[in-house]
Amino acid sequence: MLATVHDRLRALALAVFLIVFALPAFAGPFEDAVGKFATDDFSDTDEAIGAVASSGNPLAYPIISALRDERLMFDAETSKVYIKQVDGKAIDAATGAAVDSIPDSASSVNLNNRLRRAVEAALGGLTLLSPDPATRINAAQSVFKSHEETALPTVESALAKETNRSAKQALSEARAAILLFKSDASEVDKLEAVATVKARGDQEAMALLTSLGNDQPPLVAKAITSAISSIQSNLAMWSAVQNAWYGLSLGSVLLLAAIGLAITFGVMGVINMAHGEMVMLGAYTTFVVQEVIRSRYPALFDHSLFIAVPLAFLVSGAVGVLIERSIIRFLYGRPLETLLATWGLSLVLQQAVRTGFGPTNREVGNPSWMSGAFDLGQITITYNRLWILVFTLAVFAILLAMLRYTALGLEMRAVTQNRRMAASMGIATSRVDALTFGLGSGIAGIAGVALSQIDNVSPNLGQSYIIDSFMVVVFGGVGNLWGTLVGAFTLGIANKFLEPVAGAVLGKIAILVLIILFIQKRPRGLFALKGRAVEA
Amino acid sequence: MLTQLTHDVATMSRRRWLAATAGLVLGLAAFSPAKAADDTIKVGVLHSLSGTMAISETTLKDTILFLIDEQNKKGGVLGKKLEAVVVDPASNWPLFAEKARELITKDKVAVVFGCWTSVSRKSVLPVFKELNNILFYPVQYEGEESERNVFYTGAAPNQQAIPAVDYLMKEEKVKRWVLAGTDYVYPRTTNKILEAYLKSKGVAQDDIMINYTPFGHSDWQTIVADIKKFGSAGKKTAVVSTINGDANVPFYKELGNQGIKATDIPVVAFSVGEEELAGIDTKPLVGHLAAWNYFESIKTPANEKFIKEWQAYTKNPKRTTNDPMEAHVIGFNMWVKAVEKVKSTDPDKVIDALPGIEAPNLTGGISKMLPNHHITKPVFIGEIKGDGQFNVVYKTKDLVPGDAWSKELEGSRDLIGDWVTKKCGNYNVKTNKCGGQAS
Repeated sequence: MLATVHDRLRALALAVFLIVFALPAFAGPFEDAVGKFATDDFSDTDEAIGAVASSGNPLAYPIISALRDERLMFDAETSKVYIKQVDGKAIDAATGAAVDSIPDSASSVNLNNRLRRAVEAALGGLTLLSPDPATRINAAQSVFKSHEETALPTVESALAKETNRSAKQALSEARAAILLFKSDASEVDKLEAVATVKARGDQEAMALLTSLGNDQPPLVAKAITSAISSIQSNLAMWSAVQNAWYGLSLGSVLLLAAIGLAITFGVMGVINMAHGEMVMLGAYTTFVVQEVIRSRYPALFDHSLFIAVPLAFLVSGAVGVLIERSIIRFLYGRPLETLLATWGLSLVLQQAVRTGFGPTNREVGNPSWMSGAFDLGQITITYNRLWILVFTLAVFAILLAMLRYTALGLEMRAVTQNRRMAASMGIATSRVDALTFGLGSGIAGIAGVALSQIDNVSPNLGQSYIIDSFMVVVFGGVGNLWGTLVGAFTLGIANKFLEPVAGAVLGKIAILVLIILFIQKRPRGLFALKGRAVEA
Repeated sequence: MLTQLTHDVATMSRRRWLAATAGLVLGLAAFSPAKAADDTIKVGVLHSLSGTMAISETTLKDTILFLIDEQNKKGGVLGKKLEAVVVDPASNWPLFAEKARELITKDKVAVVFGCWTSVSRKSVLPVFKELNNILFYPVQYEGEESERNVFYTGAAPNQQAIPAVDYLMKEEKVKRWVLAGTDYVYPRTTNKILEAYLKSKGVAQDDIMINYTPFGHSDWQTIVADIKKFGSAGKKTAVVSTINGDANVPFYKELGNQGIKATDIPVVAFSVGEEELAGIDTKPLVGHLAAWNYFESIKTPANEKFIKEWQAYTKNPKRTTNDPMEAHVIGFNMWVKAVEKVKSTDPDKVIDALPGIEAPNLTGGISKMLPNHHITKPVFIGEIKGDGQFNVVYKTKDLVPGDAWSKELEGSRDLIGDWVTKKCGNYNVKTNKCGGQAS
């Protein structure tokens, strides 16, 4: 097995050599190799990858990359292999000739993880000299991971003419990785390589250094040990930053789920157990919007969330107003009955969605700008979490501004502070009640749009957030939006610093116990309302 | 006066309305047993149709209804039509016991197909023992159990977890292991078995990381980062996931977003099937693994026929199939065969007839009911494909018999279940006594 990999890579290096010098390729063996993809056998596919990658044929790159993306199709009956191109057109893999259509009986060539690694290594070799710097960096990265000795000449020749700074660095790291594993490399080379890898300083560098065997010269071994410990301490420092970021991110999710409740529970005093279901309705609105977009206007998919946000606000808000008018307004001042009625309502809503959409999860896709991650120093920041944080803060700011600067906001504050006084000043209090409840529910709906990006869209979505939401509002101080903000982020960060120490389960319990103790000390939460606004 | 009168009328009419409703309810109650005449055999279906487990269990209810429908088209069993009695235990464990009692005593069902979580199975066990009825349990579970009234058609740990770990050791040369699970009995027991197994294969304690999370955990950032860190120790690392249900979607999303690829750190899951993947974009997950006894993508005539009929029955050409569904198919067919063999639906006779009964599974083999009430199954390892299906990369040569008691654990090594000759679920082969203890 190892020998074949070895041979293949040697052949591969030869192939790259051939490409560099643009020598003409032979047709026969290449076609045979391509034919092997049609047998649907892992070891044949393995051989085919090696043979195609080393053929020097210009079709090698399209074939291997199609293989990676499950676009390489084979027809078992005719033993023909086709490349389904990104634009939907098809070509014959052996000849490169355009084909009208791929037969229905064709299916994509199967891979397993071993082959996937072979494909990546082959692509790394094939693309080290690509004109696109980003591709070259990727290629260098995969060479860094596979650190196959045979790729060394290509890496060195690529390094010699590299002009792009980050590509140059990636290539020299790849070279260092190879040298470290090369048994006959000189001690000076190895020491230099250790320094290069140490400068990279991330987890992959650490993985590489720790996987080195014990057969290094003593000086090199010493350098490796010190490099590992220096990377370790560097990573430990970053892990604190990472916990803080995770805490902020968790806090933003908590805040988003709780912010609507801060209005209905915090400002109005209604214990709304159906709050989570408003979140769920928002998530399902996103699902419906995406379904319509997928079937009618696929080009708009990246904008689906912008369309879903106002719609979710309207849907959940309308349901909220309906609930307030038909149930809650008869129960003001009777918290126990409100609690039970809204709890029942939450079950009704869940079952209604379950009947309408089915009990299974619905797929809500991530638009491209919300997928993936980027590295900041040694921590990975995922785009979806980042955008949710930004979105949460925006919603919070808008809500705050609305309460402060609009007529409705003024009326809301007036009614909650002194209902009878407000009524005698000519404010239609029952209309304001309905609108306030609608606003809180609508914001819960918006939260649903964001949460659909990181969580399951299932009828149970709301249930998992209701407890956390109440916890945040009570902890932050009922009736105070700023309290909710501080409460959410405090809980988020505390949770994330406890989790690595105590584990997820114990961490959660610890947080609950701490909150109970805190409430004993300060029953009104972090930011208690003071003065005449406090009733009872 | 007038107001008094209207008030009276109102009370009156309300009373009348109440009486009428009560009458209607009583009438319905009295009517329904009459409708269910004696010429049908009743089959109980005990799966949650609401609450957290509805996501998984609703499909199994549909499966049994589908199987009953198919059987009735063939003329039923013993010349009688089968009739499904569906109840909803609502993901509420004590309610499972109540509903089981209702099915057996009130509806007089001949057999029950049901339960998903181990805790629901444990909750109905006393009911089935007391009332002497039959339960077919279709889900992979932690083992360490063999009861006279229960037939386990899902995988025991040696039919799923152990072969999966073997595959990773052999094919992927994995040296470091993360055992991640939801915090309840199935993952805890499975991980205990796996830990013992890995240590017996020479894996050091430092190379095993065990992590539990609450049900429905949705913030996986820290844990995924930990896995990444654990995996950067220079040895090939894999994650063995017993994470259950809803928590899987955010877990896989986080894996994809943090860029953990299957070629670096593969994740092998025991609770993720076609159904769970239907809720996620699987492109970033290509290559992660799952171990099951059935995959929808397995191409056999039996499976293709089943999928076609199932999709026609549900009128949904995209409806997926999964492993517990196949377990129900096997269990149902075994029950039908046993009933036809003894020409009776009497639970005692059927229980005695079931061991030894064979039924074809959908992947081309013949499964057999063993004396310990578990069945023989093939084990498949599949890799996730871009379209949410699995690509089988490994298959055991023969069908693997299910062990009721794990060979890896200290307390259960010497125990066997044998309801044919020993009439005992926990027979100790060392002391030759019935009634050994599980650890």
